[in-house]
Amino acid sequence: MSFFLDSVVMFSTQILFFLGGWVFFIRRLYKDYEVHHIIVQLIFSLTFALSCTMFELIIFEILGILNTNSRYFHWKLDIFAMLFTVIFVLPFYIAYFTLSNIRFVQKNRLIVVLTVAAWLIFVYFFWKLGDPFPILSPKHGKIALAERESLQRAANATPKQRGIWGMIKNVTGSSGKESISQLQQEVNAYEELSRQLFLEVVDLHNTKERIIYSRTLQGKYFNFMGYIFSMYCLWKIVISTINIVFDRVGKTDPVTRGVEIAVNYFGIQFDVKFWSQQISFILVGIIIVTSIRGLLINLTKFFYAISSSKSSSVIVLALAQIMGMYFVSSVLLMRMNMPPEYRGIITEVLGDLQFNFYHRWFDVIFLVSALSSMGFIYLAHQQAPEKNMNP
Amino acid sequence: MAAIDIDKVRILVVGDSGVGKSSLVHLVCHSEPIANASWTIGAAVDVKVHEYKEGTPSQKTYFLEFWDVGGSANHTKSRHIFFNPVHGLILVHDLTNRKSHLNLRKWLAEVLAKDSNGAKIGSNSGSEYDPERFAGSHIPILVVGTKMDQIDPRRESVLSRSSPVAEECGADEINLDCMQSKDLAAGTSKAVKFSRFFDKVIERRFFAKDPFQSVSTSSYMYTDRRRPVAPQYISKTCHQD
Repeated sequence: MSFFLDSVVMFSTQILFFLGGWVFFIRRLYKDYEVHHIIVQLIFSLTFALSCTMFELIIFEILGILNTNSRYFHWKLDIFAMLFTVIFVLPFYIAYFTLSNIRFVQKNRLIVVLTVAAWLIFVYFFWKLGDPFPILSPKHGKIALAERESLQRAANATPKQRGIWGMIKNVTGSSGKESISQLQQEVNAYEELSRQLFLEVVDLHNTKERIIYSRTLQGKYFNFMGYIFSMYCLWKIVISTINIVFDRVGKTDPVTRGVEIAVNYFGIQFDVKFWSQQISFILVGIIIVTSIRGLLINLTKFFYAISSSKSSSVIVLALAQIMGMYFVSSVLLMRMNMPPEYRGIITEVLGDLQFNFYHRWFDVIFLVSALSSMGFIYLAHQQAPEKNMNP
Repeated sequence: MAAIDIDKVRILVVGDSGVGKSSLVHLVCHSEPIANASWTIGAAVDVKVHEYKEGTPSQKTYFLEFWDVGGSANHTKSRHIFFNPVHGLILVHDLTNRKSHLNLRKWLAEVLAKDSNGAKIGSNSGSEYDPERFAGSHIPILVVGTKMDQIDPRRESVLSRSSPVAEECGADEINLDCMQSKDLAAGTSKAVKFSRFFDKVIERRFFAKDPFQSVSTSSYMYTDRRRPVAPQYISKTCHQD
């Protein structure tokens, strides 16, 4: 009987999450686009709902809500559904919509056959990728140089030597026999200049807005939080480096560590069991909320930047794939942040995985991406920031 | 450079990003489809020579300047520099994307707010289209729907419905495919509509003292929601050059 009640609770929360994803899709992502295929919306909301359910189950694990067996059952169910979505459904539909966009493929049957072929290739490579694990050498990331290329093109087109003075010379000393192609060249140069000036104006407006915002209370609060989080990022980079260099894996999670320090060094006496539950609940809750919110905000920004009305379906599905994979891996890594008594269910559900290896692997990837992000941002700020050509 | 004695009018082409404004302007000015369309940054200007009142004794040559303003969302705060002065307005939407049509109201509000108040930076009042504000400034408007060839056959009913935005402003409406030059060949109904619109813009700019004596009375199709313009609003219009 309790299992039935628990299932009702779980399914009603899942429906809530599904609706949340649906609304987010309509209101934020597809603000300027029309939904041509409702299946895209369904899949996105489904992925979002399954991810949130996983996090919800972790919270329930910590707080001890619901029966253990029903929790375990729902864990298994959710993980299988999530894997099915991420490995089967999403790549299939991504391939389908990409192939539909190509003009010369007209008949529907042909598209379906090609989609199945593409999906088989994807699954093969996905499987092959996991073969060498748990031991694999880190791969290097690719670097995109689109901004530099457009800037170089613009610099070549502008005749910097002639410029304004050349124009004035032409006006005063010309005999009226200007060739059209010469004029056209000058016009092109001026248009390029006006585009660059416009981009600088845009950047100045943005800077002005940021300055105004930073004076408001909300702006100050976010600024302060920014400092705190940069401290946290620095600490995390240092810890990852130490972990990799000295080849150790953090055995204890922050909660138990904090409690140990508090009890041993500061001599504070309190009910360890009760408080560690509360603290880990708060910590895990914060991690979950910030990662969901951060991911959705970044997805939205990314979507606005690169989508057009033709490619919007494919991009949304790709983003849903990233979202699903990201949430699955953060559940796996969440284990590291929880005291041992709560890790049990994740260990049980995920079966026989070498968790230590994956934690170390995460450190490596984190370090690589942190360093490359720093490199990007440094390069981007080297050139004058207003030359960022973002359409 | 010799001074050229031909007057010109400014026509603004606005719409969401990616609907086909640059393709449309290229088609109108050069009578051939654009070769490679890329996102417009800022504004791109193209010029067309137009014969006002062609075929009549009072025929005169004018330059039409098409200001194709990039519709990217990042540039909202800086676009207003292109909006003043404007003598004609073309609102472009994508027939395959209904949202781009709904956003035309926002575009109309943005252009009208900047036009009547000069360069007002950072105003948020232009987020909702207000028919009252439109009644005070009478810029001729044309609504163009693009990508007609890409409409899903099941949704062709969208072509038969007239656009609600066009009805509200009393604007003419054209649906076309910007990649087909035959759509705008001389003599076709769409080319005639464009010609009529250009004539109306030139008329409003150079000849009309009292806007009620315009070329066609169809430009004042009022619905029941609004009241007709009272004469005291007309004195507001002074297009400075």
